[in-house]
Amino acid sequence: MITKRIIPCLDVKNGRVVKGTNFQGLQDVNSPVELGRFYSENGADELVFYDITASSDGRKLFADILTEVASTIFIPLTVGGGINTLDDFERVLGCGADKVSVNSGAIRNPELVGMAAKKYGDQCVVLSADIKRVDGQFRVFAKGGREDTGMEALSWIKRCVDMGAGEVVVNSIDTDGVKQGFDIEMLEAVCNTVNVPVIASGGAGCQQDFVDLFKKIPTIDAGLAASVFHFGQVKIPDLKKTLFENNIPVRL
Amino acid sequence: MVGIIDYGVGNLFSLKSSFKEIGAEAFVSSDPQELAKADRLVLPGVGAFGNAVEKLRASGLDKFVVEQANSGKPLLGICLGMQMLFDDSFEYGHHEGLGLLRGSVVPMEGRLPSELKIPHIGWNALHKVNPNSKILSNVAEGQHVYFVHSFYVTGCEESLASTTEYGVSITASVEKDNIYGCQFHPEKSGQVGLNILREFVKERD
Repeated sequence: MITKRIIPCLDVKNGRVVKGTNFQGLQDVNSPVELGRFYSENGADELVFYDITASSDGRKLFADILTEVASTIFIPLTVGGGINTLDDFERVLGCGADKVSVNSGAIRNPELVGMAAKKYGDQCVVLSADIKRVDGQFRVFAKGGREDTGMEALSWIKRCVDMGAGEVVVNSIDTDGVKQGFDIEMLEAVCNTVNVPVIASGGAGCQQDFVDLFKKIPTIDAGLAASVFHFGQVKIPDLKKTLFENNIPVRL
Repeated sequence: MVGIIDYGVGNLFSLKSSFKEIGAEAFVSSDPQELAKADRLVLPGVGAFGNAVEKLRASGLDKFVVEQANSGKPLLGICLGMQMLFDDSFEYGHHEGLGLLRGSVVPMEGRLPSELKIPHIGWNALHKVNPNSKILSNVAEGQHVYFVHSFYVTGCEESLASTTEYGVSITASVEKDNIYGCQFHPEKSGQVGLNILREFVKERD
């Protein structure tokens, strides 16, 4: 049976891993290369690197660091942030990424999802969606969660999967950084909408939050988090053991 | 020296890094003359079967791979590279493979319980069928490796070395004489995958 995946996410700015609360108040945590290798050797099933640099200098630095990370870890590596064109796909795949995550770039140009899936295969294209409740509706937000696009989230996700997105990362802005657990209601709605792997993001504060996630939504594939891993509140080997004891299939 | 066959399909970065990590010399090339100097060959591949086989044929590397394999040189096919070692594939039409191993590639669609997601993406457990498999000699029963695929090989009893469970039994690795294949990605399967590559590069009589 396929196992549930635990995925640390590393937000990278100017060559350093950072993570804020509710997307604000960034704080320097560690070196991407050191953290990447540490996670790879300590039970992470996959790594996600988000480039949150805006400048071209930062982008170049990110490429160098990505290459270094990719050559030292031997688990799947997903890269996102600033992916707007097929050239951007080419750029990060050339640095050793296995999958590329699109967010605002797909909102601006939905064709990007289909073009990338055709060129690199569905398995390479990950749709990342930042979602927040607005007037009783799940709404897609752009630009790192700052801008309401007005689009209903479930239909947006379905549209992207139909175009070829092979996985979906659902990041709940409502629970992100609050550390009171994943957004079960939102994630369940997405799992009931599409038949590709769904990765839960936003809200993990302790081991029990992951147990609840996999127990309450048996069809969810993975749990993603950042600061709880970076600051050691949740240690992945311990988390895997707890999940195993709760009869959740994991890679030990 | 390991020659990684580059025919314009897929990302060879991780594969090259993996061999470096285990201390094996490896190079990437699309030139048969260069590749012929390697002690062993790796045939990688992602994407669609028809397109990949076409590219391999267009570069003349199909004949080269078959010749090298028939001469006894160790050959490892990975993911789509493994699928291409077989007779044929029913991925979007019907395509002939290299015919080095007996078996056919079929879609998961329609063959799995409907609640299972396709592609089969993630870490799944290996179940050894051939206890004497060379490349699995340092892998324990039930260890996990990383899969990403929507098609799988059937009718390959003659070379079957291990399977994984995904609603049905899926061919995970094959082995016959000097020909090896992994449906999963050893270069993405942590230490377990590196151990498999270590066994592949070991000198044998």
